[in-house]
Amino acid sequence: MRYSAFSIIRQALTGNVNWTPAWRQPEPKPFYDVIIVGGGGHGLATAYYLAKEFDLKNIAVLEKGYLGSGNVGRNTTIVRSNYMLPGNEPFYEFSMKLWEGMEQDLNYNAMLSQRGVINLYHNDSQRDAYIRRGNAMWMEGVPAELLDRAALKKMLPFLNFEHARFPIMGGLLQKRGGTARHDAVAWGYARAADRLGVDLIQNCEVTGIRRENGVVTGVETSRGFIGCGKLGLAAAGNTSRVGQMADLKLPIESHVLQAFVTEGLKPAIDHVITYGAGHFYISQSDKGGLVFGAEIDGYNSYAQRGNLATVEHVMEEGVTMIPGLSRVRVLRSWGGVMDMSMDGSPIISHTPIDNLYLNCGWCYGGFKATPASGWCFAHLIAKNETHPVARFLRLDRFERGYPIDEHGAGPQPNLH
Amino acid sequence: MASLIHCPHCGVRPKEEFSIRGDASLVRPDPEASDEAWNDYVHIRSNPRGRYREHWQHGAGCRRWLVVERDTFTHEVFSVTDAAIVKREGSR
Repeated sequence: MRYSAFSIIRQALTGNVNWTPAWRQPEPKPFYDVIIVGGGGHGLATAYYLAKEFDLKNIAVLEKGYLGSGNVGRNTTIVRSNYMLPGNEPFYEFSMKLWEGMEQDLNYNAMLSQRGVINLYHNDSQRDAYIRRGNAMWMEGVPAELLDRAALKKMLPFLNFEHARFPIMGGLLQKRGGTARHDAVAWGYARAADRLGVDLIQNCEVTGIRRENGVVTGVETSRGFIGCGKLGLAAAGNTSRVGQMADLKLPIESHVLQAFVTEGLKPAIDHVITYGAGHFYISQSDKGGLVFGAEIDGYNSYAQRGNLATVEHVMEEGVTMIPGLSRVRVLRSWGGVMDMSMDGSPIISHTPIDNLYLNCGWCYGGFKATPASGWCFAHLIAKNETHPVARFLRLDRFERGYPIDEHGAGPQPNLH
Repeated sequence: MASLIHCPHCGVRPKEEFSIRGDASLVRPDPEASDEAWNDYVHIRSNPRGRYREHWQHGAGCRRWLVVERDTFTHEVFSVTDAAIVKREGSR
């Protein structure tokens, strides 16, 4: 069923009893040409683009829980392409362009809201670094705007401009950045992939990767053995565990990142704002809740929960940036397991095994990358060839000495 | 993770007094070791879901480096030992 204003009216007039499920619940077939492990945003987007852009048939996505049950349903929904390094910026801009056409393409309302992303700066050197980053963006054709204090005061009067230690001097604005409805992105890709014949198999945990003569022949799952021609791993958070099944040596640590949402408020914060003196970021959802988060907790963890010390730290950062936040009550907090790579940048790559492909290491920036990650991973799997904008994101960049270290923090995942 | 850590030198102290370095199973290779050995040391991690040994430093206490064994899924802490003792006993 195609969604449209007309379909909504027609269904409303007939009592909304004729809506059909958004996707099928197929039984796994014994063999697929391509299997994607992980039914999150990236896995579903990969399956969709494999079918749509690269004309592959006979594709399955295996998900151990339900679709979108991992980090695509647990993030702070920010979409942007304001990176600096040449290995990253073209990739994220490709993603931004896909976001802009995604809802029409998928026939699904992902509630993309290009409300602008503003990174605040607090001193002269930080301003210079932001000017540099803005210029790096312009060099890739991505508009960026430096705002001074006066312009910022007009836009965001509620900020704590006069803070004694971290006064706010201005900000770098990417107008096309914003937010999207995270679950809807997973659902939109799932529905669109299903309509192209992709089998989305839920409650199907991969427990082993079967290999013969050095190539993958299929996967052992909680629903039996499923054969495949090519296997793509998109299991961020649990990449190391899945990779271990194929004896991959990976530059990944799993860390926990917490996020928070407050009670619903009337429209108060119109942009995505990030704090330059810390790592705090905040936006307001369409439902009215303020959605925010900050750093990872800083220790390896597979538990989807974090520590109170981090909660306290995040609240302190938020109140330092926007004093009015102290009056708002937090409704919920939660944690997600991040694939932290050794340079803070992702991996879309071949592996030492010919027909095994890897998509991982999204640290805590995977949501904005969802469309481009899917597209580039599909390109890699279908053509056995790296997509031009993802050519720096190879797994072997670490041993070759070409990390993409946006923060300059070195191979220490808890600092990225 | 547990909020209180039993430091072998300082007793029970809040977790926030410690900073976490990472995997304690890694052994720094010889300076002349192969590129592969160095790549393994600098970049490759076992990243287990379960028991894990980590280097922590008690920055707000004895300032000693410690080896903390804990579970990365349940967050249970099993043992905290001075890193020098771990090294001497060779029980890496």
